[in-house]
Amino acid sequence: MILDFSVIWENLPLYFNGVLVTLKLLLISLAVGLTVAVPLALMRVSRQPAVNFPAWLYTYVIRGTPMLVQLFLIYYGLAQFAAVRESFLWPYFSNATFCACLAFAINTSAYTAEILAGSLKATPHGEIEAAKAVGMSRFKLYRRILLPSALRRALPQYSNEVIMMLHTTSLASIVTLVDITGAARTVSSQYYLPFEAYITAGVFYLCLTFVLVRLFKRAERRWLGYMAPRKA
Amino acid sequence: MYKLEVQDLHKRYGSHEVLKGVSLAAKAGDVISIIGSSGSGKSTFLRCINLLEQPHGGKILLNGEELKLIANKDGALKAADPKQLQRMRSRLSMVFQHFNLWSHMTALENVMEAPVHVLGVTKKEAQEKAEHYLAKVGVAHRKDAYPGHMSGGEQQRVAIARALAMEPEVMLFDEPTSALDPELVGEVLKVMQDLATEGRTMVVVTHEMGFAREVSNQLVFLHKGLVEERGCPKEVLVNPQSERLKQFLSGSLK
Repeated sequence: MILDFSVIWENLPLYFNGVLVTLKLLLISLAVGLTVAVPLALMRVSRQPAVNFPAWLYTYVIRGTPMLVQLFLIYYGLAQFAAVRESFLWPYFSNATFCACLAFAINTSAYTAEILAGSLKATPHGEIEAAKAVGMSRFKLYRRILLPSALRRALPQYSNEVIMMLHTTSLASIVTLVDITGAARTVSSQYYLPFEAYITAGVFYLCLTFVLVRLFKRAERRWLGYMAPRKA
Repeated sequence: MYKLEVQDLHKRYGSHEVLKGVSLAAKAGDVISIIGSSGSGKSTFLRCINLLEQPHGGKILLNGEELKLIANKDGALKAADPKQLQRMRSRLSMVFQHFNLWSHMTALENVMEAPVHVLGVTKKEAQEKAEHYLAKVGVAHRKDAYPGHMSGGEQQRVAIARALAMEPEVMLFDEPTSALDPELVGEVLKVMQDLATEGRTMVVVTHEMGFAREVSNQLVFLHKGLVEERGCPKEVLVNPQSERLKQFLSGSLK
């Protein structure tokens, strides 16, 4: 077996453009997803059924269906309706980048909301009592004690979610986007070198994952230092 | 006038009555020790004063101002006006058995938190105050440490500094030394004794008979949700009138 990497070498710019597309998809969907996840998580810990139920249903449906099905529904499915095609939203929904970001953001928001809700529920009860006992309002209790504490404790799990999302963005290649996987698909079909094309994509994902893991390690040292064993 | 007045407090869990009408009045500078066996309702009583537990009857007055209470569906009382409750809580600092420091904040941040975010003190002023109180309880050198990295005695002293930083009218102590190793109890009791000599008004639920006898000027012995005996600690402890207290003090009460 002879591997031919000269083709890969010639097509590196395509891969690097793919990295930019992958990062764009990842960052937009994570930013939107996290922003939506915080209120969702707060709803998920509410004892009011009317508040809790909609958030529960949302995370249940999103986590209960495959990402690819959600992406197809948004990108291909919505186009079926004339009302969507004729609405002012059509320029957005006919755009693959928009649809991919939307689907990814919805997906990660559901998972992140559950991570945060779990973290909120695990807040030591005594810390909540101490906050009440000094006269904090509910709003302050959440803003100053519950959320900062829960967001920190959610970091290790959230880093996992971010890495999963990085790999999930590869689905964007199916809806015509040329991300890292998209670049590999292009190279693979043009030269019929699937192994070289996809192993290169794999190496790119591996490098990105490595960077993400390092970033989260630093973040954990910075914000979760209080849970680390005491230094001698 | 009384700093803190609690009248005829009742509390039940389901059909079990934990407090059957307990009253207490503290003048400025009073140090009141509440003792009793476990299950006597002493911690519950203290926690009802700042409404961490909801009482089913009774009145709570701070500096003559009555906390307005309304009954909810199951008969437990809650604050009619959350703003009033928050204001009164901010003047009634509590020190807990398990310290309950905010684990994601350093000692200094713990002490600064409520003055800045509840009382609206400036950060600079709050920091000066926090450093002052941390020094006062002898943990200034640990100000940048997180609670998880401190010993129990240090944590409890930080918690006392946190309570002091609110400059409260009355301090409530809920078994502040019960979760500490024996050799750490002394350092916390010493701090509390200093506070008492300064003339701070304190209500202390405790198992430390030495503290109750030497430091407090009033002793309340709770038994099965009622005040069985009260008075000057030296007299009450030396010459208990009720059979229950005699048994409790001899350590024979199960």
